Amino acid sequence: MSSYLDMELLRFTTAGSVDDGKSTLIGRLLFDSKSIFEDQMDQVKKTSQKRGLDHTELALLTDGLRDEREQGITIDVAYRYFATPKRKFIIADTPGHIQYTRNMVTGASTANLAVILVDARNGVMEQTCRHSIIASLLQIPHVVVCVNKMDLVDYSEEAFDKVVEEYEAFAAKLDVKDIRFVPISALHGDNVVNRSKNMDWYEGPTLLNTLETIHIGSDENHIDCRFPVQTVIRPHSDEFHDYRGYAGRIAGGVYKPGDEVTVLPSGFQSKIKEITTFDGALEEAFAPMSVTLTLEDDIDVSRGDMIVRTNNQPDMEQDVEFMMCWLHNEPPRPRAKYIVRQTTNEARAMIKDIQYKMDINTLHRIEDDKSIEMNDIARVKIRTTKPLLTDPYRRNRHTGSLILIDEATNDTVAAGMII
Amino acid sequence: MQKYTLKHLQELESESIYVLREVFAQFENPAILFSGGKDSIVLTHLARKAFYPAKIPFPLFHVDTGHNFPETINFRDSLVDKLGVKLIVGSVQKSIDDGRVKEERGINASRNQLQTTTLLDTIEEHQIDCAMGGARRDEEKARAKERFFSHRDDFGQWDPKNQRPELWNLFNGRKVMGEHFRVFPISNWTEMDVWQYILAEKIDIPGLYIAHEREVVWRNDTWIPVSDYINLRDDEEVVKKKVRFRTLGDITITGGVESEADTLEKIVEEVAAARQTERGNRADDKRSETSMEDRKKEGYF
Repeated sequence: MSSYLDMELLRFTTAGSVDDGKSTLIGRLLFDSKSIFEDQMDQVKKTSQKRGLDHTELALLTDGLRDEREQGITIDVAYRYFATPKRKFIIADTPGHIQYTRNMVTGASTANLAVILVDARNGVMEQTCRHSIIASLLQIPHVVVCVNKMDLVDYSEEAFDKVVEEYEAFAAKLDVKDIRFVPISALHGDNVVNRSKNMDWYEGPTLLNTLETIHIGSDENHIDCRFPVQTVIRPHSDEFHDYRGYAGRIAGGVYKPGDEVTVLPSGFQSKIKEITTFDGALEEAFAPMSVTLTLEDDIDVSRGDMIVRTNNQPDMEQDVEFMMCWLHNEPPRPRAKYIVRQTTNEARAMIKDIQYKMDINTLHRIEDDKSIEMNDIARVKIRTTKPLLTDPYRRNRHTGSLILIDEATNDTVAAGMII
Repeated sequence: MQKYTLKHLQELESESIYVLREVFAQFENPAILFSGGKDSIVLTHLARKAFYPAKIPFPLFHVDTGHNFPETINFRDSLVDKLGVKLIVGSVQKSIDDGRVKEERGINASRNQLQTTTLLDTIEEHQIDCAMGGARRDEEKARAKERFFSHRDDFGQWDPKNQRPELWNLFNGRKVMGEHFRVFPISNWTEMDVWQYILAEKIDIPGLYIAHEREVVWRNDTWIPVSDYINLRDDEEVVKKKVRFRTLGDITITGGVESEADTLEKIVEEVAAARQTERGNRADDKRSETSMEDRKKEGYF
């Protein structure tokens, strides 16, 4: 049991289309790792029978909403949970069809790892490229390419090598630090949880083993100190009469009492007095911990401000360039105003320039057609009413990300990765 | 860099505290939906941590079906006392008396469905713009698609096909008058995480969760506690069993499991070995394959 308390958490995303076996793979992972409960399995068996299937459809384990069950498709991101004695996992299960790019982007935004499925018979397809480009764009640190349906190519090493070669040639254009390959059959369970008896030539770890052991300790930025203030804590009690603390979740770096810090955008300087938590004051705190900081000096700090190390500061700009994924079914209105939310900060913004659209199947730039529709990805420039405190998304996913909200409808209409 | 990593419970805690603080910053009049169950107890504990050394800046909001385990109400009142927070009670009995809803009849009658009206009426009466709940995505398949910040229209309805995309930790709580939000800070926790956390943090919970002797009847494949609110069938036999409850809902529909787990450590072991989901003993979820989705659309928790 103590081992359970010591586990790390891995968040991964899976993207796939109807026929590539994604739901089967997830069903297999959950089933073989004994994460499916009897009553869930009973319900799946019942539904399989009702539909006249002669096998138990593991894919049904992952369908949630009524429409999805009726149509046999996944519409929205669904989150699944399972644990092994080594790690706890959160799967963001997203539909992989092009019209669901926004869901893939959503699922990828919080993932440490992406599982990408390739059909061994077909090799690298358009959708493989699409999923990989999104993983790269969203800076998912690790990609595991599962070469699936190995049973249909006689578990052949040559078939696997061919896919690996094709993928590596394509991935050279991407910005992914860590790519691994596993030959699997989700349907029969080869190399998913249990080692395959049909592929002696493969000496690497199974998919689950990869997920359990991949090093995720350095996925957070522990260099650039970034503390976006969420709210100010003032107890007004006798015991803490003069207490004034700044609550937030560390977005980067390591903070210690005595550190020289600057509050942005004001530029006031001070030192960290205490790192307060319910469990006692801390000697140091790092991303992604939620803590409360107090400062030596009584200066004006409020939500949206950022407490940073004096000698390492983020960009402070009103003109912000980013890769944008448009999420809404209505295109952006010309010269419309949006609310931009970035860390805990909020400003109004206008899209000034659309530089190019990106073909997410090929990475090609489209410069002659700049009309933006849902699921499009484009490089844009906005002008904000006040400076944003940013880092490039490549350097920090917390301070480098933003969303746009339509002022008229309050809908979240776009997501951005700052360049 | 091995030094700078969080264990999974610390990471989940940090995420939930972040969400609670976002609620405080983004809403005017939020409340914590408090059922007396372990999830809302953990949520309340997290709120305490999020705003320390200040008090929890939200009232606790209990939708009281009138069909409670007496232990739950005692626990609620002493917690409210200890934390020094305000308690808001929405009474299903009052909704029935006022003619807002009609009591179900029959052997499986429950007040579960009726709660939705009381919940929405109380939200309106107290102008609550954000009701935080302890619902988790691992509980039920419709909940797997729920956002942290879940928008409700002015009828309190959930539109699962038209949810706002939620990326990174950038939560959009903007709304117009009359609309409100449901926020689920422990979305990413599993039943196991909740128990591990209760154990690690030594959080006080009602004794109902721990194995105890109780009079029960076998109904719908589970041990239903005998109480004033239950209609016994002729063929039903009241027996004394050592049981514990994995969830706490309305006393008329919450089934217990036979258990010897009389300490938190033993409960954790039992949860780890369990082959049934915790909601497997909830009659409200068994009504149809999509009963949770249907209730949620209307405004249920």
